[in-house]
Order: sequence, then structure tokens, then C-alpha cells
Amino acid sequence: MAAATLPSPTTGSVWPAVQWAVRRDLKLAFRSRAELGVQLLFYVIVVSLFPLSTSPERNLLATLGPGVLWVAALLSSLLSLPRLFAGDHADGTLEQIALSPYPLEALVSGKILAHWLTTGLPVALLAPLLGLQYAMDGESLAVLTAALLVGTPVLSLLGAIGAALTLGLRASGSLLALLILPLYVPVLIFGAGAVDAVRAGLGATANLSLLGAGLLIALVGAPFAAAAAVRIALD
Amino acid sequence: MASDSLNWFRFSSPATFYPLAGKMIPWFGWSAALLAAIGVYVGLFVAPTDFQQGEAYRIIFIHVPAAWMSMFLYVVMACWSAVALGFNTRLSAMMAQAIAPTGAVMTFIALWTGAFWGRATWATYWAWNARMTSELILLFLYLGVIALRHAIDDPRRADRACGVLTLVGVVNIPIIYFSVHWWNSLHQGATVSLTKAPKMAAIMLTGMLIMSFAAWFYAIAVSLARARTIMIDRERGTSWVSAVAGAAR
Repeated sequence: MAAATLPSPTTGSVWPAVQWAVRRDLKLAFRSRAELGVQLLFYVIVVSLFPLSTSPERNLLATLGPGVLWVAALLSSLLSLPRLFAGDHADGTLEQIALSPYPLEALVSGKILAHWLTTGLPVALLAPLLGLQYAMDGESLAVLTAALLVGTPVLSLLGAIGAALTLGLRASGSLLALLILPLYVPVLIFGAGAVDAVRAGLGATANLSLLGAGLLIALVGAPFAAAAAVRIALD
Repeated sequence: MASDSLNWFRFSSPATFYPLAGKMIPWFGWSAALLAAIGVYVGLFVAPTDFQQGEAYRIIFIHVPAAWMSMFLYVVMACWSAVALGFNTRLSAMMAQAIAPTGAVMTFIALWTGAFWGRATWATYWAWNARMTSELILLFLYLGVIALRHAIDDPRRADRACGVLTLVGVVNIPIIYFSVHWWNSLHQGATVSLTKAPKMAAIMLTGMLIMSFAAWFYAIAVSLARARTIMIDRERGTSWVSAVAGAAR
């Protein structure tokens, strides 16, 4: 892949590696914009199917809305996860990345951040628009978007572990779903729960704080687990 | 001193652990059978009928031990996985592999018996109760580990990949449990409450504990038996397996 070369480490800081990985993956992602578009379209379509399969009644939709948007966000995150490592694994880039003098954890963190910027962030920004279709009020939409902004990075972080564990395996897509979706459950519960709490008059602070705590734990732990999984896959 | 420190690792090699496991299996297996027989007798004939739940409560004697074992076995599996990843020991990973199916079976038994108990006492097979939901997710975690194991051909890569997944899972289990618990308390009131169970008669508790030990010993016996087949399968090129096979022939 003809991205810029990784600068050699001089100061002992890992930030150049993170920056390099983010820039490189973003560049690659924007070169296949159609793929990103298809993933967002998947999100929109899944969300649009639920009113058709249940009822267009406004109260019901407002109740279902947050959960549907979250489930769709989970599924579109799952759909995009193979992109995180599989391409680099197939053409040998991943081995070169693992051989670099920088810690693999830093490079993997950069890749995860780029993955979130290209999948989680658009999903969160699109949510208010789709929420309007579900007759959600302004406060609910704001909380839903905030929850998605805090929660979708967790999906990318946890998903990276699963994506690395299933590198190069048979039926890795469905296997990835089995490995990762159970781990997504807390994010789903707190994320969708934030809007429910607002609707119940409780305020979303508790749920958003828990999501934030989850994000911090995942930020600290997931890059190490994902890097370990990448090393296992490369052996 | 050197021989003392050696003894610690004497049974960490499949060649020495295989015969030891073979000697341990009958002990744990027969203890499990004996305890299960006593436990079933206590549970079905000695323990009195519950004044609220009638006879249906007797499912407790299989349900609670299975549920306890389902969680305990995941932790044991995670410990073996941590040892395997930390010290790169083959046998620990084999033990983790051997425990996974038993854990999944225990989780399934807990869910299945729980459904029938629920049917008898709450008139529903399934309620999205916090315990049931987290037990269901635990089953998914077990199945994920087993599925990942079967998807990887190289056993050493499978060991380490499953180890990482198991450890990620064990960190997540408390988070999943509490998230489901809070979700549940927000969504529905105390329509179904098992937490405020009436005080249990001592004889019921005794029966349940005996059954728990039976389940525990059964899990040990079955895991060891499975570990033995895994050892034979994985080490089939080695001289000790040839010696064992020769002796059997």
C-alpha cells in the first residue's frame, strides 16, 4: 500500500505511530468511498425496516426508536469490522506493521481510531435524522446522538479484538458476530437506556457516565488485547 | 531444593499428567455419582414440599448447582487460559479447552430447568429477568469460545486465540451482569423476584449443596476425561503416546 512511510522512532513517543496509522487508514478508506457509503446505507435500510415490520404508530415508534438505532449501529459496526485488519492481513502489510519498531498497540489504536472515524462517527451523526423518522423529540435525539458518540468507539475497540481473532478463518464473518455481539450487550443497554431514562424523566447522566466509563476501560484494555490477537494471527 | 521446585511442574507435562488424570477420573466420577444419588434422594424424598411453590421448587436441586457451575467453570477456564498465555504451557490450554463444553452444558441445563421452573411458578417460560439474560449471554460466550476453537486448524494458535477471548469475556461478565441488572430494574417492576426468596429450610439447602458437589465432581471428572483425549490427540506423534497406545493394545 503506497501510503506514507512510518517515521522511525526518535523520541520514544508513540504518537507518530498512532498518527501514521490513522492517516494511512483514513486515506485507504476514502479511496474506497463507495464501501463506506454502502455501510451507511445498510444502517439506514435496517433502521427503515422496523416501522414496516411493526407499525407506523408514532408512540410505538418513539419507544422502539432508540433500541432500533442502536441495534442497527451494532450491526453496521459488525459489518465493517473485517475491513479493519483483513485487507492488510491478506497483502502482508499487517506483518510489516507488526515488525515496525513502534509498539503494535499504538499502531492498532490508530487503526481503531480511523475505523471509528469512518464508521461509528457517521452513524452517530446520521442518527438524529433517522430518529426524526421515529417521532423522537429534540431532547431524545440529542441524548441519542451523545450516547452514540460515546458508545460507538467502544464498539470499534471491542470489535477490533474479534476482528483480529478471526483473521483468516473460515466463515469469519458469522464467527465474528458470535464472538463480539455478546460483548456489545452492555453498550447496547446503556446506550439505548440513556434515551429511555430521558423519556422516563430520570435524566441521561447515569447512562452516559456508565458509557463513558466503559469507553475508558475499553480504551485502556482493548488495544492490548487486539494487538495480542494480531500477533497470534500472524504467527 | 532443586527436586522440590521440580515437583511443582512435574504434572504440567501431558506425559505425566495423562496417567494421573486417568487415576483421578474414577474417584471424581464415582464421588459425583454417589453424591448425586444422595442429593436426589434428599431432594425428592426427604425435603418437604414448599408451601408457596409446591413440588415445582424441587427443580432447585438441579437448577442452582448447574447455574453455579456455569459461572464457576468460566472463571476456572479463564484461570487456565491466563496460565496458558502467561507461561505458554500446553497443558493449561488443553484444560481450558476441556472445560468449555462442560461449562456450556451446565449453562444450558441452568437455562432449560429455569424455563420449566419459571413455567410452574411464574406461568412463563421466559422473562427478561437479569439473571436469565446474563446466563443466556454467558451461554453465547461459551459457544463463542468453542466456535473459535473449531474454526482454527492450528491447535497452538487456537489455544492462544481462545485464551484472549476467554479473558476478554471474564472481564466483561461482571459488566454484562450489572448492565442487565440495571436495565431490568429500569424496564420492569418487581413482577418476578427471586432475590427475595423465602428462607430456605436447612434440609433443602443441604440437598442443594450435596447436588452442587456432585455437579462439581462431575465437571472435574468429565473435564479430565476430555483433557485426556485432547492430550492423546495433540501429542499423537510423541513416544509417550505410542507407549500408552502400545500398553492399551
